[in-house]
Amino acid sequence: MDFMTPSTWADALAIRADRPDALPIAGGTDVMVEMNFHRRRPGVLLDLTRIGDLTTWAMDGELLRIGAGVSYTRIIEELGDRLPGLAMAARTVGSPQIRNRGTLGGNLGSASPAGDGHPPLLAAGAQVELASVRGTRLVPIDGFFTGPKRSVLAPDELIAAVWVRPADGPEQFSKIGTRNAMVIAVSSFSLALHPGRREVGTGIGSAAPTPRRATEAELFAAGQLPWDTLAGLAPDVARRFGELVAAAAAPIDDVRGTAAYRRHALAVLAQRTLTWAWRDLCG
Amino acid sequence: MRVTCTVNGTTRTADDVWEGESLLYVLRERLGLPGSKNACEQGECGSCTVYLDGTAVCACLVAAGQAAGRDVRTVEGLAPEGELDPVQQAFLQTGAVQCGFCTPGLIVSVHDLLARVPHPSDPEIREALAGNLCRCTGYEKIMDAVRLAAGSPTEAGTR
Repeated sequence: MDFMTPSTWADALAIRADRPDALPIAGGTDVMVEMNFHRRRPGVLLDLTRIGDLTTWAMDGELLRIGAGVSYTRIIEELGDRLPGLAMAARTVGSPQIRNRGTLGGNLGSASPAGDGHPPLLAAGAQVELASVRGTRLVPIDGFFTGPKRSVLAPDELIAAVWVRPADGPEQFSKIGTRNAMVIAVSSFSLALHPGRREVGTGIGSAAPTPRRATEAELFAAGQLPWDTLAGLAPDVARRFGELVAAAAAPIDDVRGTAAYRRHALAVLAQRTLTWAWRDLCG
Repeated sequence: MRVTCTVNGTTRTADDVWEGESLLYVLRERLGLPGSKNACEQGECGSCTVYLDGTAVCACLVAAGQAAGRDVRTVEGLAPEGELDPVQQAFLQTGAVQCGFCTPGLIVSVHDLLARVPHPSDPEIREALAGNLCRCTGYEKIMDAVRLAAGSPTEAGTR
């Protein structure tokens, strides 16, 4: 095995192109577990932690560009005002030690159906910037995941950044697990309200082969929420929204929970988050 | 490969490091610093918590090469030789050490917490220590230790 430590993005892309057997590593919170338990033996560990650009974020026009190497801790501390949904999800990741090391890019690279960062990115309509020596492309987040731990990332590509519009309305995230810390979600759900354009964004986690949106639920809520009057949320609207979110999931039975429990939990999470977000909007 | 980094203020070099090896293995097996404990090797238990460039991390999840040129501070380096950091002293005074296996990681996590939040609330303490498991379940004594360390008059001068 080789250990390669490029100091520039161009060098990293060149190595990635040269060595299809390279495994990128940033915070190591997934990769090192696989190494320690003899599950992966890549030809190259491609260390991305010396590339300064990857750990920066900045506004570019109306969008935020968050480098793939920005840690959860920094998302909470530095971006909590602009991306409250993502920051809420980041707070539920692992423990302080894990949040200090784990990165948004690593979350996407692992592409776990249970990745905590994915639902809020789906709800916010983020895009993923992928780069290779061939060039750079932007992939809408709802087209990024292709299966459990699989994505459209090509063998010669690296995840450069996430592009996302700062919240223009209330955002919420909620997650079910056996305790508050160190938990892989049994189910999770994220919601974003966009009162300006009267749209609703959703993201389902840990209840389908990939993180996914609940498109019908989004359209239903956008059409039913009393945007003009900002009246209280009708219970039947919240209930139906929960049903539509649960219907959009395709959960399985596994060690963390049954498919039936996951569907039930999602319906509850969806109703709650819509209730909280609508209350936030109405003041 | 050869890995050189600063450990507890001293430049240290480890040879014949395997490329997939963790910082924890380098510390314990190559540099003779067994204070950081090896239990879960997956970032669940926190018993290998160390500072890497001033940030609390699980040493088992840092690739050895990622620590090259960086500043590592382990539980052995919190106080000068023969002395105890106020956090260590507080753990002793409150009986927060039972079997002792989780203690080094907890000491570093508490040290980190008090550096960031000198007077944490109980929920803040619990949140900060959520990634450190004690299987003797001495958590209440550990809470006592953190409260004591946070109120210790010697704390301000040494941290």
